Amino acid sequence: MSFDTLMLAVCDGIAYASLVFLVAVGLTFIFGVLGVLNIAHGSFYALGAYVAVSAGIALTKAGFSPWLTFPALFGAALAVGIVLGGLMEKFLLQRIYDKEQVLQILVTFAIFMMLENVQRLVWGVQPYFMSEPLQLLGNVELFGISYTAYQTIFLPILAVIVLVGLRTFLRHTSAGAQILAVTEDREAASAIGINAERVYFLTFIVGASLAALGGAVAAPTTSLIPGMGAEMIVLSFAVAATAGLGQIEGAAVAALMIGLGRSLAVYVAPEFEVLVPYILMVLVLIVRPSGLFGAPQLRKI
Amino acid sequence: MIRRFLAAAGLSLMSLMPALAQDKPAELRIGITTYSSGAASVFGVPARDAAELLAEDINKKGGIQGVPVKLYFIDEGAGIETLMTEYRRMVQDTKVDVMFASISSGVCNKIAPLAEDLKVLNFMWDCGTQRILEDDKYSYVFRTQANATPEVLAPLLYLLKTKPDFKTVAVVNQDYAWGRDSWAIFSEALKVLKPDAKVVAEFFPKFGAPDFSTEVSRLLALRPDVILSTSWGGDLDTFVRQANQRGLFRTSQFVLPLAESSLERLGNDLPEGVIVGGRGDHYFLHPEMKGDPKFKAFIDAYKAKTGHYPIYSVFHMAQAFAALQAVYDKAVAANGGKWPTKEQVAAAMPGLKFQAFGRPVEIRADGQGIEDQLIGTTTRVPGYSFDVLDKMMIFPASQLMPPVGQKSEAWIKTLTPALIDIKVDNFSHGN
Repeated sequence: MSFDTLMLAVCDGIAYASLVFLVAVGLTFIFGVLGVLNIAHGSFYALGAYVAVSAGIALTKAGFSPWLTFPALFGAALAVGIVLGGLMEKFLLQRIYDKEQVLQILVTFAIFMMLENVQRLVWGVQPYFMSEPLQLLGNVELFGISYTAYQTIFLPILAVIVLVGLRTFLRHTSAGAQILAVTEDREAASAIGINAERVYFLTFIVGASLAALGGAVAAPTTSLIPGMGAEMIVLSFAVAATAGLGQIEGAAVAALMIGLGRSLAVYVAPEFEVLVPYILMVLVLIVRPSGLFGAPQLRKI
Repeated sequence: MIRRFLAAAGLSLMSLMPALAQDKPAELRIGITTYSSGAASVFGVPARDAAELLAEDINKKGGIQGVPVKLYFIDEGAGIETLMTEYRRMVQDTKVDVMFASISSGVCNKIAPLAEDLKVLNFMWDCGTQRILEDDKYSYVFRTQANATPEVLAPLLYLLKTKPDFKTVAVVNQDYAWGRDSWAIFSEALKVLKPDAKVVAEFFPKFGAPDFSTEVSRLLALRPDVILSTSWGGDLDTFVRQANQRGLFRTSQFVLPLAESSLERLGNDLPEGVIVGGRGDHYFLHPEMKGDPKFKAFIDAYKAKTGHYPIYSVFHMAQAFAALQAVYDKAVAANGGKWPTKEQVAAAMPGLKFQAFGRPVEIRADGQGIEDQLIGTTTRVPGYSFDVLDKMMIFPASQLMPPVGQKSEAWIKTLTPALIDIKVDNFSHGN
């Protein structure tokens, strides 16, 4: 493989990894703090995309500047995360935190199924798309071929901002410290006056918003079709498991590994493209059963 | 008391007499499997809308041979096991007279033997695999449209007729039965019709893949003369948009045999000059049909109901209904005007000719429909916000299919480049 070909694969891998990271980091963040494997994360991804596209189409039809589709992407993500995420945490998840994990998975899976149908009810089955944000940023020439600036520059920068922002928030703010304290030991944190319920609520909203953001920023690059949430949740689980559940930096590394592995497979052995994320996951878990950055957990007696 | 009882019993028996003598059922029950969930619902839901519209129209006109039709739907997206159970239930409990199944070739593979086992008349109304009727013989299973062989050969012949000077070919197909089988037909035919063409890349991204950027990068670097994709639905839309955004259409000739179903959705994202097919002679501006009042009325009614122009799954559904009407007419006539048994209906299928909103279709002795193929090149014209077809050719399907009893794979090996000169009818947009 020539240097240029390798670099092309790297460019593709980074673009893909950025998108996957945005969704997977929300999943892993929720699991890290709440201990809930949220299958409905895939629905937040899909709904973020659908709401973003609907908002974008409405804005352009109303004659507003197409540049407003960018704030529409972020607005849609926040709206889905706050409204839907907030409602789900407040009225459902709060009741099952102390239950068996299998029940939590079943409940979030049920929500996922219901939201899939809501999605079809509202948006039907015709594919939707909105390419304004992608077209506005234009193309860049890299190693002799044309890439969209949206995928090669905007998405990676956004992923880095989310990674650094989440790290800074957790390590250098009072709210972040409270989240870490609740994650470490909910009872002890409550004993020193931290409102654990509020921490859970906010954490879920942040995680859900990140999934919706993933969907919203993916929308200009893909077609919105029924089932898109299921597709992404499987990949996000692969990233989160490879990283070690609850590991934010790990999610970034795992997403990058999977992105690069996938693009190299397309260049060298396309038949392995689909398998790459899962091969990587299995290889990592054989060597490190807790994932790349995960540590074996001690069970409280 | 006894006299009153006997009188009542007598009246009851008399009231039963007409029912016993009646040779027509109160309704003709049609079970339809179509995707109303999942990615394939982009085909399934338009077809379901069409079925409702067509049934309404048939009933308004007095039904089939005076018998109104009633529709029952099963969601193909529920999975094969559920579908098989539902199919059986619909035949045995609901007692449907005919089944229209299915969209997916994988489903048709399973349903065909089940229909034969249940002895229910089954129209494969949309699935493409050529294998079912080539590998086995069925008495109750028929296909009311073409199969993959002419649907893939026609775009290849169109390419060879219009842009014969290509040297390299790449493929980007969905990784499932249709994607693999259609490429097998295309690549095998390419070997005999243009042996000097070289296949430089074969990509089979998974079904429902949301991102084709890496494939597009690789193709931009390889610069193949021709890129084939038999993908459909959201996958095709995403691939076309990502390829167009990065200029791949400028360096390669695209051949998209199923893109008729994406024309309206893609709008300006699909550039001019792309070779497009619609699995049959299906097109809302069909050059031979667009002046026909029935055709126009259907297009208008469908657009009024759904807000969209009909796509090929809609036309396939219309063909299933047209076949049903025609076969009952034929079977009733052959039965001296009496309502036929299902065996008599099945016996009337081979040799049946019917016409929906394309050219007439004929059912061969093996139950396979012979349906001509319309292929065209995209162009922009005033009046539409999306590309329409120009430089259209309608290929005679009878010459693009193996004879009854022969398998497509073996038959393709017997082809010669002389097939490229097959006589076709040519049309331009607007004429």
